[in-house]
Amino acid sequence: MESVLTRYRNVTILVAVLFAQILGLAIQVKRTTDNESSSLIRIWALDLVTPLERGIVDAQMGIAGIWRNYFYLRGVRAENRQLKQQIERLQMEQVRLSQDAEQARRLQVLLGFKEQFVSQTIAAQVIGSSGSEQSRSIFIDKGTLDELAPDMAVITAEGVVGKVLHAYKSTSEVLLINDQTSGVGSILEQSRLQGVLRGTVSGDLLLDKVMNDEQVQPGERVLTSGGDQIFPKGLLIGTVRKSSRGSEAFLDVRVKPAADLGRLEEVLVITQKEDRTPEAAEAGPIRAVDILADRLPSVPVKPLSDKPATTNGTAAPNPLAKSTSSANTATKLKPKAPAPQTVFDAPPDTAAGEQAPPTEAPQTHATPDSEPAKPETPPQ
Amino acid sequence: MAITYTSKEQIEVYRFGLPATIAVPLFAVVAQSFLPHWIPFFTIFDLPLLIVIFFAVARRNPVAGLLTGAAIGLLQDSLTHQPIGLYGIAMTVVGYGASSLGVKLDVENAGSRFLVTLFFFAIHEVIYFSVARGMIRLGLHWSWSHELTSAFANAALAVLLFHLLDRLKQRT
Repeated sequence: MESVLTRYRNVTILVAVLFAQILGLAIQVKRTTDNESSSLIRIWALDLVTPLERGIVDAQMGIAGIWRNYFYLRGVRAENRQLKQQIERLQMEQVRLSQDAEQARRLQVLLGFKEQFVSQTIAAQVIGSSGSEQSRSIFIDKGTLDELAPDMAVITAEGVVGKVLHAYKSTSEVLLINDQTSGVGSILEQSRLQGVLRGTVSGDLLLDKVMNDEQVQPGERVLTSGGDQIFPKGLLIGTVRKSSRGSEAFLDVRVKPAADLGRLEEVLVITQKEDRTPEAAEAGPIRAVDILADRLPSVPVKPLSDKPATTNGTAAPNPLAKSTSSANTATKLKPKAPAPQTVFDAPPDTAAGEQAPPTEAPQTHATPDSEPAKPETPPQ
Repeated sequence: MAITYTSKEQIEVYRFGLPATIAVPLFAVVAQSFLPHWIPFFTIFDLPLLIVIFFAVARRNPVAGLLTGAAIGLLQDSLTHQPIGLYGIAMTVVGYGASSLGVKLDVENAGSRFLVTLFFFAIHEVIYFSVARGMIRLGLHWSWSHELTSAFANAALAVLLFHLLDRLKQRT
């Protein structure tokens, strides 16, 4: 026996090592939750790898900062001018969106809708990735010490990124939405069709469970539906790239992610969200005559300025998908109602959290003395 | 006296200093984790796998090869969200196979290195997918075109990388 083992020493060791690993895999599969031993291995590996990655990121950011702040100042004046113009444009856009949001909020109050609001976010730096095509995940430099927990939504100003999969002490693993095991409840902005967004092996996004007999147009925006209980409703995920008939009963809808998932640097983790019905105070005083007037057809009101926010006839790129969504909802319900000409105060609670939530509808409040102006509707 | 990690084979067997034995695989894993963040298409490469093949072929010791493969594979597994052991199993087999092949063939020139890497990349992917699908029931999708592209890209990179890593070799 001993001579056999000595003779086949290499094969014996190979079989033993493989057997140990297969046993370990079987144990992990059997247990639905991440068991302690595998968690420990992950923690050790992360403790080994992430300090190096963090060091590289810090060094890279330091060098980039020196370059940007001291050497690369060419074109700053022109850029400043451009940005000022952009601010003016966005301010006008904000006024329009505030009005639309206000209308939507009033309707929500009337209909008793409950809405999920992003109430707190934490900014985090991306320090690495899994480096594998079979596992599209990234590591961020915030963990349980910063009150991060699994299943928290991760976003950028551009759109949805993924969710926290594992939260360790000072790092967290984020599962990207283009991973093959990922699934996000989604809704198409215009057609209101719902589906599940999944990743593919090549890192594309596929909107699944949309029936073959439906029409989906390229360019349509895809938002979170809120059905997965992870992502608040109305966050921008991306736009439809192409749509074709699938092999089964469902359409093959490919989606281009709004966030550049391959080049993420900073992300926001939604650490707190709350379910609440928009309060009547937020919506401002509502009078029966306003509701009645809103329901009547009217002549469209002239824009506030000759060069409104939507110059060139197209809306500026807007990460506030929720606002737009709300606006669209409002528009659908009241197609002929003009926006009330109201001046809104800045929201008192937009500074909640470290960052202003990029997805929340502008939380504007009507001032007590600024009632919405009644739209002038011609008598029928 | 420097601590080394070597095999007992008699000819054309190389050893590596302890710093290289630890730092090179660690660097490969860190680079594999870090570089796709800046160069998104880098996920097509598998640096840890190339390192396993290089060490296995150079040492020509199956036990050392399979242990190196298992260690690097498990480390790589720890950075993914998949169960730990998928890369470990595949790399263990690759490490064993590459070192066994290294005993019998001359794998020092660029052409044979290209072919060896191509072959073991394919073996690695087949084992990984078989275990992931058959045992873990992961719904991974196999794409021939993608796997072929990856295999050739990795083989090409291996020729360059192995040339650089040759400088770390110490003759026994």
